Amino acid sequence: MTGLQDRLTPAQVEEFGRELDALRQRIVDDLGEEDVEYIRKIIKTQRALEVTGRGLLFAGFLPPAWLAGVAALSAAKILDNMEIGHNVMHGQYDWTRIPELSSQRFEWDTVAPAENWRHSHNYIHHTYTNIVDKDRDVGYGILRMDPAQKWHPYYLGNPVYATLLALLFQWGVMLHDLEVERVVKGERTWAENVPVLRRIVRKASRQIGKDYVLFPLLTGPLAPLTLLGNASANLVRNLWAFSIIFCGHFPADVESFTEEETENETRGQWYLRQILGSANITGGPLFHILSGNLSHQIEHHLFPDLPARRYPQIAGEVREICERYGLPYNTGPLYKQLWSVAKKIARLALPGKPGPAATVDPERQLRAA
Amino acid sequence: MTALLPRRVRGLVSLAEALLTPHGADRYLELVDPMLVRREIRGRVTAVRHQTPDTVTFTVRPSRAWQGFRAGQYVRMQVEIDGVRRTRCYSPCGAQGSDDLEFTVKADPNGLVSRHLQDTAVGAVVGLSPADGEFTLPSPRPDRIVLMSGGSGITPVLAMARTLVAEGHPGEIVFLHYSNTPADALYRAELAELAARHPGFRVVNAHTHARRGGDLHGLFSVAHLEKAAPWFREAETFLCGPAPLMAAARELFENEGLSAQLHTEEFAAAPLAFDTAAAEGRVRFARSGRECDNSGKPLLEQAEDAGLTPEHGCRMGICFSCTQLKTAGRVRNARTGEVSGEENEEIQLCVSVPVGDVEIDA
Ligand code: FES
Repeated sequence: MTGLQDRLTPAQVEEFGRELDALRQRIVDDLGEEDVEYIRKIIKTQRALEVTGRGLLFAGFLPPAWLAGVAALSAAKILDNMEIGHNVMHGQYDWTRIPELSSQRFEWDTVAPAENWRHSHNYIHHTYTNIVDKDRDVGYGILRMDPAQKWHPYYLGNPVYATLLALLFQWGVMLHDLEVERVVKGERTWAENVPVLRRIVRKASRQIGKDYVLFPLLTGPLAPLTLLGNASANLVRNLWAFSIIFCGHFPADVESFTEEETENETRGQWYLRQILGSANITGGPLFHILSGNLSHQIEHHLFPDLPARRYPQIAGEVREICERYGLPYNTGPLYKQLWSVAKKIARLALPGKPGPAATVDPERQLRAA
Repeated sequence: MTALLPRRVRGLVSLAEALLTPHGADRYLELVDPMLVRREIRGRVTAVRHQTPDTVTFTVRPSRAWQGFRAGQYVRMQVEIDGVRRTRCYSPCGAQGSDDLEFTVKADPNGLVSRHLQDTAVGAVVGLSPADGEFTLPSPRPDRIVLMSGGSGITPVLAMARTLVAEGHPGEIVFLHYSNTPADALYRAELAELAARHPGFRVVNAHTHARRGGDLHGLFSVAHLEKAAPWFREAETFLCGPAPLMAAARELFENEGLSAQLHTEEFAAAPLAFDTAAAEGRVRFARSGRECDNSGKPLLEQAEDAGLTPEHGCRMGICFSCTQLKTAGRVRNARTGEVSGEENEEIQLCVSVPVGDVEIDA
């Protein structure tokens, strides 16, 4: 199997890094009013959907109103989570110096507090992408998502855990920040978790208070229906977010890395790892927006702090660069990527190496050589 | 402000906030009308005029969180230019207590914001901060007052003049204003009108680049002051203007032993000098995990060199937009020379230079 570092010669890697740097700079220089107008439009849409959804649930005794309310609220939660929250908190709009769009101040409509997530996601996951034992997103500390993770009978439950994680995704993300598996291994102390936990309790109680207490109470006799509606919207968002996010790094063919091969990486090598470790999803413009443009996971991982609306604009160029350097550019429709992830989850429940799909195909090796 | 509301209303407000968590009510209200925000202050431009070709004067009606200002203070005004929010300090020049705020901004050929503001249109919305600054009239008011300004430094001083006239100040007031030529003189008609209305108030127009059309000509001098307000030694003087005028006035008052009677507002700080050769230590930006060698430049620039984009405004130590928590190490304030090593202290990045290792929570 081709190691990470023997894909390209040192000179090639350097040139490749320079090309991506130049691409990035071109976009940075072009940032302006349009980008701010775009995100403001999305925010406006999100708020409108939310207000509409909450409003319709006041008429939740009419089944069409209830359904429409849940649909609007689900869409609002998806937008808040994906295209707004995730991207704003990546610092994609920090250059605007607009406080509402500041990565440090934004808080999203999910139980995971922004501050915890910024550490686990922006810092840990985006720095150590797909490095087994360093990137805690590999399996989220629950699943076996890579053959390099040592098998244990516990992993027989892989498909069950994955299903639960999909259903309860926001809670999984919230607990993820506690790094429980590192506490168990003795790499982290509970004392270090006190501030993390305090933020979790505060944030989760507000979210629960809003969705499961206050809004239901406000609808009086409809309280159970409203509660069910809010729970459904959260569920829809959980399933959607899980699907999009798991398609980002876990379809077959996406590679993972060891700590040794990623030591002392240059900028170019870091770019290389981001491309090999990510996968895109194909789809139309609305699909990209609802996925927070994480359907352009490759572009996102190369340039996590560029406004996400720019990813589709540069995807063609990134793909062309990959082709020129003989690098894979993993992409496919949602159903295909999801199926690939599901197969991996099932296969890795059992010991042993996965099937041939996850190894590097010889043709790609040839092209890289 | 919330504390002033009746309990029932306060209850409703906190219920609304709980329902609108995590974004808060303002983020919804502003979509209906940007002026509806409760916590932030915004202002809508209600009138615009151009007194001279390179200045703009506009009136702003502030939103309800505005708590007023004292004549001479400034506010931080925020405008968005090509998607980026910029902050600059301007002094409202109306009388203290007026409902609307009036601003006059001179276009600086290199000034991004001041040039942008020249195109301000009625209906535009700007961001505002609460009023700030120590350059204010003492109370009780001094009997004799010299108000002195140069160019667009007129704004805080004009606010004082209008306030004193509105209060019916019983003493003597002289307003000595410097402009290049009569055509550049701001508020000439308004000042003449104030003088006509108020017996103790006199206006002296000085022109540095014209020999005609004013009361005094040439640069500021003790002779000017003697002519304008022969009693200036028994008065309190309030001055705001360009650096050379400020320096000349300071020197004069010091020679006369009157420094305590001169009150000034720095409206364009002199460029700061930094010793970049002797820098040592490392700078750590804890939240972003970035680290670099101390280059001896202000921390704001070092942070930007390291790829961060900390909030800032004036970049010269006036507006406090760039304040961040310093968690370890010592910094020198480049304006005062003061070295401070307190832990967990808020510092202004744009005027703080690290002395050795420093850690900033940014
Ligand atoms: S930017 Fe004004 S104090 Fe730093």
